[in-house]
Amino acid sequence: MTGPLRVWSLPWALLYLRHEVLALPGRTLALLFVLFLLLFPLFSQDPYWLRILTLTAIFALYAASWDLLSGYTGQVSLGHAFFFGLSGYTSAILGRETGLSPALTIPLGALLATLAGVLVGLPSLRVRGPYLSLVTLAFPIIATGLIFLFPRFTGGELGLSGLPRLGQSRLEEYYLVVVIFLISLLILWKLASSRIGLLFHAVREDEAAVRMVGVNTVRLKLLAFAVSALFAGIAGGLHAHYLRVAGPDSLSLFNSIQPVIWSVFGGIATIYGPVAGTFLLFPILEILRVTEELRMLAFALLILLVMRFLPQGVVRGVLDRLEEVCPRCKVRNAFTRRHCRACGVELHLPAAKEVKP
Amino acid sequence: MLAAILVNGLVLSGIYGMLALGFALTYGVARILNLAHTAFYMAAAYALFFFLGLMGFAPAALLSALLVLGLALLAYWFFLEPLKEYEATVLIVTIALALLLQEVALLLFGGHFRSVPALLPGFVEILGVRVAQQALLALLFAGGVLLLAWAFLKGTRLGLSIRAAAQDQEAAELLGISLSRAGYWAVGLGALLAALAGLAVAPMATLEPHMWMPPLLVVLAAVVLGGLGSLPGALLGALVLAFAEVTVVNLVPGGAFLRTAVALLILVLVLVLRPEGLFGASFAEER
Repeated sequence: MTGPLRVWSLPWALLYLRHEVLALPGRTLALLFVLFLLLFPLFSQDPYWLRILTLTAIFALYAASWDLLSGYTGQVSLGHAFFFGLSGYTSAILGRETGLSPALTIPLGALLATLAGVLVGLPSLRVRGPYLSLVTLAFPIIATGLIFLFPRFTGGELGLSGLPRLGQSRLEEYYLVVVIFLISLLILWKLASSRIGLLFHAVREDEAAVRMVGVNTVRLKLLAFAVSALFAGIAGGLHAHYLRVAGPDSLSLFNSIQPVIWSVFGGIATIYGPVAGTFLLFPILEILRVTEELRMLAFALLILLVMRFLPQGVVRGVLDRLEEVCPRCKVRNAFTRRHCRACGVELHLPAAKEVKP
Repeated sequence: MLAAILVNGLVLSGIYGMLALGFALTYGVARILNLAHTAFYMAAAYALFFFLGLMGFAPAALLSALLVLGLALLAYWFFLEPLKEYEATVLIVTIALALLLQEVALLLFGGHFRSVPALLPGFVEILGVRVAQQALLALLFAGGVLLLAWAFLKGTRLGLSIRAAAQDQEAAELLGISLSRAGYWAVGLGALLAALAGLAVAPMATLEPHMWMPPLLVVLAAVVLGGLGSLPGALLGALVLAFAEVTVVNLVPGGAFLRTAVALLILVLVLVLRPEGLFGASFAEER
């Protein structure tokens, strides 16, 4: 490329597509996935499937936000529903009291969730490991107690219903959610693969060493909590307005555990893993409604068996079979290639013969 | 009021103590944050309900305890031990196990509330409080089980190796303790304690497939409050949280829904002041 303008020229885009995206099965799958999400309504506008896809996108964002905090920095949060539910409730109450539209109240709710994230993150400076998980677990449960304590303000057990809708039609809501989801995902992914993301990894592996090289781990951990809570809050606000209910269910233990299941199922500390996990598991759970009685049983068995044989998650398990790391230059290659696409070294060397002593 | 808190708190701490000790053993030795722990307790209660229809109380209780023990060892052998390296994976595998047990109970017995007839019906008056004789029996039983477990852990060579593995895995392994064998013993003992707690609770509580969730939170909190890996800490945590719950239920009118919230609030406050729990070792050096 000679000048910056060339970047936007069509041939460059095609070359990029051919050599950087289509060369790797994982990236091709990601591209197909984005295209599928954007083009799906062209083929089917069945409200049932639109609804499932919209909810899946919301939950995938929620799972990815959990992954940024817990997968990357290792601060396993078992109370992520706190941010999700807090934002939903805030948005609902703000909308009721001031009459503002969801376009304004959801960001405000997410902002409050961010503040809550910093608040929950403060103990993380002293408490670590399973202790921290338990501290985070406490917050949504304490919040549920408060909600039941002030039923007039929060709607108590029934929650607040009749929230304003996100858009005029199911289709509009679908596109709104999908676009927000994709943009948020891009931000999360860029952050996770940046220098900060690298430091997150380092904090998980050895916090003392990171501090030793002069990095402020306090700020880093609080940042992880804040960003994670922000996106969980966005997901929570969207969820509340999409279902038009903000109820204590959004703060339940089950809702805290859900992102953990999806993320670990897909593959932890990857951002795209939780998305894959959610898009695999959530629709399956919906389809399993045909056998209402066996639904959760089949779901639990599926998780048990898949995790038993792919302990690093589905994405890692599948990609390890589809892609191969070049032994010399560490570039990833499609499993079909015989020579590395970057340095040309032969990939499938015959196994070295064992030398008998 | 005070007497009611005292008596009910003691009964509840006995049950929580059994659960928390088992959980602490499993975590301390096998390094598994076993979220299915109280599901074993639920399974034992249902098994008792089922076997009581076929035979007397003593053989039914024995069979249920053995059944749960077998289930736990099987789950450990097939699912948990091979995945030990992957902490997050173990976490959701235990969640899936709990869900599995819950759904099996739901399929076999339905979602209705079931109850097991009390072994000792009737009430006695203690300090002016009417207490079910069954609750006293459960308290005695819990005390006996805890003493036995304590004697086993303190008095035998096997108990010594289990405690050593709980205290410091590497040092224990260096001294020739098989961590795998200690893990099986710890998981078995933990599940047995959960099963016995289930057997003690079954005649007092209503059985339903979701009954494992509320105690799970309290047990987690109790173990963390006492300090992970510390067995006396787990018992002390159970005692503190049981009394906190009973106090809230007795003092706040209609405050039953706050019981777990208050217990967890105590946990957060203690951890902020003392991050390693009451009896836990500091993790500062451990990387």
